[in-house]
Amino acid sequence: MTDMASLMEDRAAAKVISDNLRKPVDWDSPKITRNIKKRYAAERRFKSYGLVAICLALLALCTLALSIGSKGYSAFYQTYVQLEVTFDPAVIDPERTGDPDVIGRANFDGLIKQALRDRFPDVTSRSDKRDLYGIVSGGASYDLRERVLENPSLIGQTRTIWLISGDDFDMLNKGYIDPTVDEGDRRLNDKEVAWYNELVADGAVEKQFHTRFFTSGDSREPELAGIWGAAVGSFYTLLVTLALSFPIGVLAAIYLEEFAPKNRFTQIVEVNINNLAAVPSIVFGLLGLEVYLNVMHLPRSAPVVGGLTLALMTLPTIIIASRAAIKAVPPSIRQAALGLGASPVQTVTHHVLPLAMPGILTGTIIGMAQALGETAPLLMIGMVAFIVDIPGGALDPATVLPVQIYLWADSPERAFVEKTSAAIMVLLAFLVLMNGLAVYLRKKFERKW
Amino acid sequence: MSLSFLLLAVAALCALSFYFGRQRAVALSGGRHSNLHSLPVHYGAYTAAWCGLPALFLLLIWYMFQGSVIEALIVSDLPQEVIGDSGRLSLALNSISQIAAGGGEHLTVSPEIVDAGRRLANLQTIANAALVVVMLSVALAGLVLSYRRIEADMRARNNVERISRAIMIVCSAIAILSTVGIVFSLMFETLHFFSKINPLEFLFGLEWSPQTAIRADQVASEGAFGMIPLFVGTLLITLIAMCVAVPVGLFSAIYMGEYAAPKFRAVAKPALEILAGVPTVVYGFFAALTVAPFLRDNGAILGLDVSSESALAAGLVMGIMIIPFVSSLSDDVMSQVPKSLRDGSYALGATKSETIRQVIFPAALPGIVGAVLLAVSRAIGETMIVVMAAGLAANMTVNPLQAVTTVTVQIVTLLVGDQEFDSAKTLSAFALGLVLFLVTLGLNVFALKVVQKYREKYD
Repeated sequence: MTDMASLMEDRAAAKVISDNLRKPVDWDSPKITRNIKKRYAAERRFKSYGLVAICLALLALCTLALSIGSKGYSAFYQTYVQLEVTFDPAVIDPERTGDPDVIGRANFDGLIKQALRDRFPDVTSRSDKRDLYGIVSGGASYDLRERVLENPSLIGQTRTIWLISGDDFDMLNKGYIDPTVDEGDRRLNDKEVAWYNELVADGAVEKQFHTRFFTSGDSREPELAGIWGAAVGSFYTLLVTLALSFPIGVLAAIYLEEFAPKNRFTQIVEVNINNLAAVPSIVFGLLGLEVYLNVMHLPRSAPVVGGLTLALMTLPTIIIASRAAIKAVPPSIRQAALGLGASPVQTVTHHVLPLAMPGILTGTIIGMAQALGETAPLLMIGMVAFIVDIPGGALDPATVLPVQIYLWADSPERAFVEKTSAAIMVLLAFLVLMNGLAVYLRKKFERKW
Repeated sequence: MSLSFLLLAVAALCALSFYFGRQRAVALSGGRHSNLHSLPVHYGAYTAAWCGLPALFLLLIWYMFQGSVIEALIVSDLPQEVIGDSGRLSLALNSISQIAAGGGEHLTVSPEIVDAGRRLANLQTIANAALVVVMLSVALAGLVLSYRRIEADMRARNNVERISRAIMIVCSAIAILSTVGIVFSLMFETLHFFSKINPLEFLFGLEWSPQTAIRADQVASEGAFGMIPLFVGTLLITLIAMCVAVPVGLFSAIYMGEYAAPKFRAVAKPALEILAGVPTVVYGFFAALTVAPFLRDNGAILGLDVSSESALAAGLVMGIMIIPFVSSLSDDVMSQVPKSLRDGSYALGATKSETIRQVIFPAALPGIVGAVLLAVSRAIGETMIVVMAAGLAANMTVNPLQAVTTVTVQIVTLLVGDQEFDSAKTLSAFALGLVLFLVTLGLNVFALKVVQKYREKYD
């Protein structure tokens, strides 16, 4: 009975609808015009959401670049202070031996301090003197020594020399320390600011290009710290990574794409490669720590271990890219080679691989760029040590650029903020270069079959 | 002899053996290559392979075991009471290796340790010398044996091809080996950890403070290893990141795929992809130095108490990082929706946005879900941003304005710097790593399945 009733109801509803449909639609009726307007408005809104989303993302990118750039550009310049230094023979080489060893051991720091005392003769108290010595960096004495060793005739003369300044002074000169705020709230006291002003009035303060930033290793003193040590460490690490992951990755890709039968083993390998590509990088660090350091006892903090760890991370990227490149080589080329009597391995090495090489190289460069920016796994294997020396090989303790950035970002000194940003700019420049190279290769060798 | 020098020597031997092998084949052929089974090059490659590969294999095995064997030798000679106590043992081993490396004058250690250090240095020298001798003799033996086996009708090419295929299989197996390595190295230390700490306490404990006592009378000597607060923190940050990345990424993909002019697309798409290529440490610096102070200052203006290391700052920046993953993956799946569906929708008079919302989006939904899941697993495993911007205090909070800590932050802080070997504190990092690995692995497998299943539909 109820079925019957509902059927009747449905029939009635259907009749209403069909009656309505039979009526000609009045397209100009206010209801429909309103509706269309509403739908077009919704369309415009929806489209603008998309545009807003892209703009937000690009805005974030610009903010990132601007905030790094505006903080970092000043690190490429360093404040120098001009002083009259007397190369006192009694200090440098009292017995007039002329022996570089004796000169090298001389107290050049004392000379600079003397020069500062001469420049500001009314400074007497001990704490004031200590502040005064802060004007010039502790590293300036090495520069002086170099200068004298190069040119021993300086001994006995008095010269006006530009000396690298201390970091607080540098910050004041670059405007990061505001001399107008309350004395207790800034790093430099009123006396130091007065000295600075006096030196500026004499024209004895200027900014010079900071070559040391590119040529020296890490240091606790911001004005002496440079990125060369980390850059060399990155180089050795990437060298090991490349030497391992490129041949292994390409060979694995060739096998999987050209030779592998469809069986359990190759299936597991394929699933594994996809999974490895998505494993968090820090887990690779744990693997490196356990296997390379605790089991194999390889040297801690060394680029070898970093390279071995990063190679495992880069491997999936290279394999996936290489497989795509090999797959893109048309089968007709293989068949022609095989038809002419080449063996399967010869077909691959003589024909498929050369044709796939641009694609493989592109993938490798992108993988290397990822490895260059990777930090977390390297923290695990001890590449965060404070290392001043430039590493001389893959077995020396070293750090890499991103880790150097991480270390500097942690430093309390104000001057390290600009160093960090500048190091980031250098790292990004390398990445842009590598990615640009990959794009260039892709464009140049792109080929439609 | 250093490692690189040794490798160079082996490489030189390989080159030599290639030359010899080739020469011998040419000599055997009597001037006509057709007398040989294979090309002379193959004979050269055959001898070179037999010269180099066994030696390299030996080197690998040697380096895997040298450390442990020498350590076992040293340990077996230490006094019994040192061996019995794992803390003292690791301390002793540390000093021994320092002494062996030529330092350690400042150490105050017993004479046995000093002796052991000397012995270690000795053993290392012996081991290195032995490696050189053994490796070079293996290479030479390979050279001589394979050289003597060369005959005119030897199937050198087939041999070489078999060898190269075997090498390729080994290379493919490395993917499996590294997964096995990850699982085993994490599992081993985790089991160690569970022998000290109850697994149930680790999995369900609500408190995380990994400080364990070195001395019994120390303040705050009770360590607590409950991972729940870390996961709450991780999920909070992941949630914030997803709130940024999913709408922005999805709408960018829609605009890029459906609306944008080709010129705009050509500029905007690579620009978005730059976001994925920026190293995470850069994002971390950006979060800690620009975003967090910005949030704190503006929060203060609004009367909110924003901590200087807040989940919000880390999450926002992580969201920015993840945008390109979401956008490019969902762009892929949406462009795979067949044209017939779109055309049908347009034919019914739907506008573009109606088509996208009611036809394309539902059709692509499984793929988009997969993309989002992949992004989630990336957010959970992300380390540097949270290390630099999220804080260390294990707060059980869902307030994004407070500092929280995450699994990866704890792994880094537990393992960077001075480590106490074998303490529950150090081992807990491996247990966390295992959980992290399993969670992200599960998410990835699930996400890849979803994406793949969806893809098959229209192929």
